[in-house]
Amino acid sequence: MMAEGIFIYLAAAIVILSVLVITRSNPVHSMITMLVLFFHIAALYVTLNAEFLAAIQVIVYAGAILVLFLFVVLLLNLKEEMVARRYIGPWPLGVLAALGLLVVIVLSLKSFIPGPSGVFTTEVVRAETNTKVLGQILFTEYLYPFEVVSMILLVAIIGAIVLAKKRLRN
Amino acid sequence: MKILTEMPDVTALMPEIVMTCLALVLLMLDLFIRRKEITALLAIVIAAVVGFFLTGSSGTAFSGMFISDGYSSFFKLIFLVSLVLSVLISIRYIKIESVNFGEYYSLMLFSTLGMMLMASAGDIIVLYLGLELMALSLYVLAGFLRHDTKSNEASLKYFLLGAFASAFLLYGTSMIYGLTGTTNLKAIAHYLAANGVAHNPAVMLSVILFVVAFGFKIAAAPFHMWAPDVYEGAPTSVTAFMSVGPKAAGFAVFGRVFLTAFGGLQVDWAGILIPLAILTMAVGNILAISQTNIKRMLAYSSIAHAGYALIGLIAGGGNGVASMMNYLFIYAFMNIGAFGVVIMLRTEGFKGEEITDYEGLAKSHPLAAALMLVFMFSLTGIPPTAGFVGKFYLFMAAVAEGYTWLALVAVIFSAISAYFYLRIVMYMYMKEPKAEVALSTSAPHGIALAVATCAVLLIGVLPSGIIELARAAVAGF
Repeated sequence: MMAEGIFIYLAAAIVILSVLVITRSNPVHSMITMLVLFFHIAALYVTLNAEFLAAIQVIVYAGAILVLFLFVVLLLNLKEEMVARRYIGPWPLGVLAALGLLVVIVLSLKSFIPGPSGVFTTEVVRAETNTKVLGQILFTEYLYPFEVVSMILLVAIIGAIVLAKKRLRN
Repeated sequence: MKILTEMPDVTALMPEIVMTCLALVLLMLDLFIRRKEITALLAIVIAAVVGFFLTGSSGTAFSGMFISDGYSSFFKLIFLVSLVLSVLISIRYIKIESVNFGEYYSLMLFSTLGMMLMASAGDIIVLYLGLELMALSLYVLAGFLRHDTKSNEASLKYFLLGAFASAFLLYGTSMIYGLTGTTNLKAIAHYLAANGVAHNPAVMLSVILFVVAFGFKIAAAPFHMWAPDVYEGAPTSVTAFMSVGPKAAGFAVFGRVFLTAFGGLQVDWAGILIPLAILTMAVGNILAISQTNIKRMLAYSSIAHAGYALIGLIAGGGNGVASMMNYLFIYAFMNIGAFGVVIMLRTEGFKGEEITDYEGLAKSHPLAAALMLVFMFSLTGIPPTAGFVGKFYLFMAAVAEGYTWLALVAVIFSAISAYFYLRIVMYMYMKEPKAEVALSTSAPHGIALAVATCAVLLIGVLPSGIIELARAAVAGF
């Protein structure tokens, strides 16, 4: 009961905060709301026994990425941003489509049957500790995806450099 | 405690490993290369080396996460062909656009690597990562003309909508993972069949979410909105590249996921894909008619071609999938060929992207007009070009599986497409030139166009070789 209550609070807060992030007219307010949102997601990870992910969520997202966002936002002309129109004309259509999707998802999830649980049950993870289990599986079973991720990060770095490079003079 | 005591067997992965290493070496070498033509040449050499390793690769690795079979190898061949052709037509073009950076070629290689990982994915996690690697490189390439706001817009639009599509893919994955407890495609199929949950609405929801995500990558209507803007704004050489390779990669994962993991649900997902294919052909062919910009027109045309290729997937079975792969292979040559001619019209200070720019091209530049004629005929599907062969086998496969009416609908839309393809031919041959149009030609560009033209005509006359190759590739699927 207690766990359910916490989940419902977190889920509701995440949805409301997400809506707030995209509806605030002041980008700085959006950023602050996003910070609160990230903390709620981290809390959700904690309830799922994923403490390591929760810590990463706070350190990487709330700590690093959001601060970067804030720097960028502060480079913008906030006064202009605040009067700029935030949505395109037919946004009610988008809301309607999203609500339709929600109905479909809720209806199909009614018949959802959870599949078999794997080797790493909560007990095993508790006994072995979170980080250790994650590290083990990441460097054995998921070694290949792990290596692919490194390529993705490399491309991201190259992309950032290319897009920030000086223009060639003719 | 479980640790890796020995090196996992990676022989099946050799093409990907070679590609990764050489692409990284190229990235470093580029620092010392002044003439970027050499970088381009090295990129082509890398593609050739990877192609050489491709022939010896088969089997699975990393407990089924990586699958190298005929199916994946055929798609990788398409990716490498489109890579080489795109690099050849880029060399002069990116100089004219004054974005002659070596990273351009590295990013193309990384994008191709992502596609190769997608075609070989046996696990949804790897599939997703391959897709992101491909897409991330493309976002940067689409925005390569930093001084051009249209290119910026294309990049940002592609990025935002791509992220949106990824979210659908991940949501579908989480759904199927919750249901079956695995992300391995074969294990999913096995679990669905063994436990009688195949017709659970949650499975259908996950199928629909996958259709949305992959539909976005192949630019199928109603998930095509990004394509015209991105194709128009991106550098033309990148447009040529991303209208072929990533689309084929999208089809590769479409086929892999739907025929492996959801193989038992074919009736259900075919029911979703049929309206999608018809809508895609309708949107692509009808909206292409009203375009005045040739890049936008070719964007709608590429949407329409995704609709045709979907028919092969709907027909399913060895024949259907083989005809789809065969079509995508042919499409690579004819589409990059058409973009190759479009690029030639781009000279210093002249965009050459309006359809009216083609008026009287046959008088001023008969060879360029003749090449465009071949590609337009092929895209329409007029014999004796390869486009006809591709469509013929697609529609035959549909008829054989009992979708005669669907093949008829596709034929009707092909007839509509003749209007806007042949309009360009009409402009070139039956109108007087309005203004002097110069062409920017170069040797690599000529080679690319020659290869594309020869392939289109040769496959059009002697289709059996490529058909047999596609059939043999599917045999081991």
